[in-house]
Amino acid sequence: MGSFASLIDGFGTALTPVNLMYAVIGVLLGTAIGVLPGIGAAMAVALLLPVTYGLDPTGAFIMFAGIYYGSMFGGSTTSILLNTPGETAAVVTAIEGNPMAKRGRGSQALAAAAIGHFVGGVIGTLLLVLLAPTVAKLAVGIGAPDFFAIMLLAFISVTSVLGKSRIRGFASLLIGLAIGLIGLDEMTGQQRLTFGSLHLSDGIDVVIVAVALFAVGESLWVAAHLRRIQAEPIPVGRPWLGREDVRRSWKPWARGPFIGFPFGAIPAGGAEIPTFLSYVTERRLSKNKDEWGKGAIEGVAGPEATASASASGTLTSMLTLGLPTTAVAAVMLAAFQQYGIQPGPLLFERESGLVWGLIASLFIALVLLLVLNLPLAPVWAKLLRIPRPYLYAGILFFASVGAYAVSGDVVDLIVLFVIGLLGLAMRRYGLPVLPAVIGVILGPAAEQQLRRALQISDGQVSGLVNTPMSVIVYVVIVAILAWPLIRRLTRRPVDREKIDA
Amino acid sequence: MSTSTVERKSWLKEYSELGISVVLAALGVLVLVDAIGLPEIPTERGIGPDVVPIVVGSALILVALLLARDVLRGGKGEAEGGEDIDLSAPGDWRTVLLLAAAFLANVVLIGLVGFPISGTVLFWGAAYALGSRDFVRDPLVAAGLSLVTYFVFNDLLGVSLPGGPLMGVL
Repeated sequence: MGSFASLIDGFGTALTPVNLMYAVIGVLLGTAIGVLPGIGAAMAVALLLPVTYGLDPTGAFIMFAGIYYGSMFGGSTTSILLNTPGETAAVVTAIEGNPMAKRGRGSQALAAAAIGHFVGGVIGTLLLVLLAPTVAKLAVGIGAPDFFAIMLLAFISVTSVLGKSRIRGFASLLIGLAIGLIGLDEMTGQQRLTFGSLHLSDGIDVVIVAVALFAVGESLWVAAHLRRIQAEPIPVGRPWLGREDVRRSWKPWARGPFIGFPFGAIPAGGAEIPTFLSYVTERRLSKNKDEWGKGAIEGVAGPEATASASASGTLTSMLTLGLPTTAVAAVMLAAFQQYGIQPGPLLFERESGLVWGLIASLFIALVLLLVLNLPLAPVWAKLLRIPRPYLYAGILFFASVGAYAVSGDVVDLIVLFVIGLLGLAMRRYGLPVLPAVIGVILGPAAEQQLRRALQISDGQVSGLVNTPMSVIVYVVIVAILAWPLIRRLTRRPVDREKIDA
Repeated sequence: MSTSTVERKSWLKEYSELGISVVLAALGVLVLVDAIGLPEIPTERGIGPDVVPIVVGSALILVALLLARDVLRGGKGEAEGGEDIDLSAPGDWRTVLLLAAAFLANVVLIGLVGFPISGTVLFWGAAYALGSRDFVRDPLVAAGLSLVTYFVFNDLLGVSLPGGPLMGVL
């Protein structure tokens, strides 16, 4: 069965009333979360994990995907109206979007962003439909050494590409890996780091770690530095675009997805790098150069289409390889594990109905988002008025409810608190949170693949590099690790030139 | 002497990030000791359950040392910014303590008085800690949210939260 036939079947799944309802809930929640400060898509999905224990997995993932796409839509609203990005993906949007709003062109900025998201999302999701089955087919043959290499690549890139300090990234990753070790060893049944506690022998639930690091840590950190005076959003009318705006925006919309998708698919931090690249590209190609910095619409249209497509790229890697490249994907991977489903090459065969239902729902989510966001943007902006004490009290409240619901045990709340304190300390001292979460989620799987590979090779280390793919991945890892050195070597001649000049 | 204690205090404040190094090193030692203490099982092939923990533990200690070196050389982790975060003000740790107290109150109370009450205490307490002082609206919002959450979880989602004596009466 070809991709498009499967996709049609997927629409059959996604368009049932129940799943449609989950899609609507997802995009509404996602947009709200994108607009609200302090709460991101990863935190939202983490908070919802305990609630979805009882749901059918297809419905749950349709909702999560709606949240992911919705938060990207919503994130740009705060960038434009408040100059504070609701999501990291929308950081670049603030550069041109906010000046546009200040000049009274907020409606056009919002429209350029919303349509950009729609176009980027549709192109990105189409690329997902075209590429994912092929990637999955290629990946079916890969074995334990390859998986271990890919996971190692995820660890190295999440600590090295992102963030300002590698050493702090590694510290965070190792904390996550250490937490992931707690519990019974899956292969021998030995207790590791349980200290004789029955509770710890089950390991610490990934949901609790994610909620603690994202939600509790964030609330405590915000409490320490809460801004006492809330910024006022710029009032804005209904989004619309004039003919001239469309003429200037359509090319950035069309270009963005092709920058966003590949970057979303590789472990390089999701939307941050590609949105910036899109901004730079559009600036270079623009004919209205003098307008940049004062509100050039291309600077909103391009990056927003890019951000949206990067989300599709991220989903492609997550579904076909089980490789999370962003925090949201990491938490969604945890959700798959919760349902006992292993994302990866076999997912498209084993859970074909779920996967294609999920992919079809992405298109539905995009349509819903466009319909909801174009006319309702001013309404969404009102969410920015929520009193901050209620917002953060609510986050702590739902974090507690969620952690308790995992197993109805007070001990989980204490674990939640302790890891939450860790999250606070990490934010205070600039340790990124994402590597820790990736470490907890991927650590146990990586260890299993490592040991399986070495079992096959009779303990020979060469068993880790006996496939072409693993060799390629290790070369990439070495390149990433050596990058600062390479850059130092290549930068010197430039400096010399300057001196000569 | 008092000047030296003041100096020491400001030195500790300046290099408080060394605390992270200490935590990392302690965690590393913990992981290593636990791994070495694992009973030996003769594995026919491959590696046993102690190898990965030994690698992780050693790496934690190494990173702790490298981080300490970085901090002593003047390196600083950049505190995370955010929309509601004002890094220009000094940390308000009293608010954090109050918030932690509200969180822990729920932990203690949830088994005793049930979720509807403990959740109310948590939300109201947290809102109070964060500076909300509306003594009519705050408790009403808190109680409403707790009750709605309780019923949604118990009746709609099938996840049971403890009702406590209050729900026994209703």
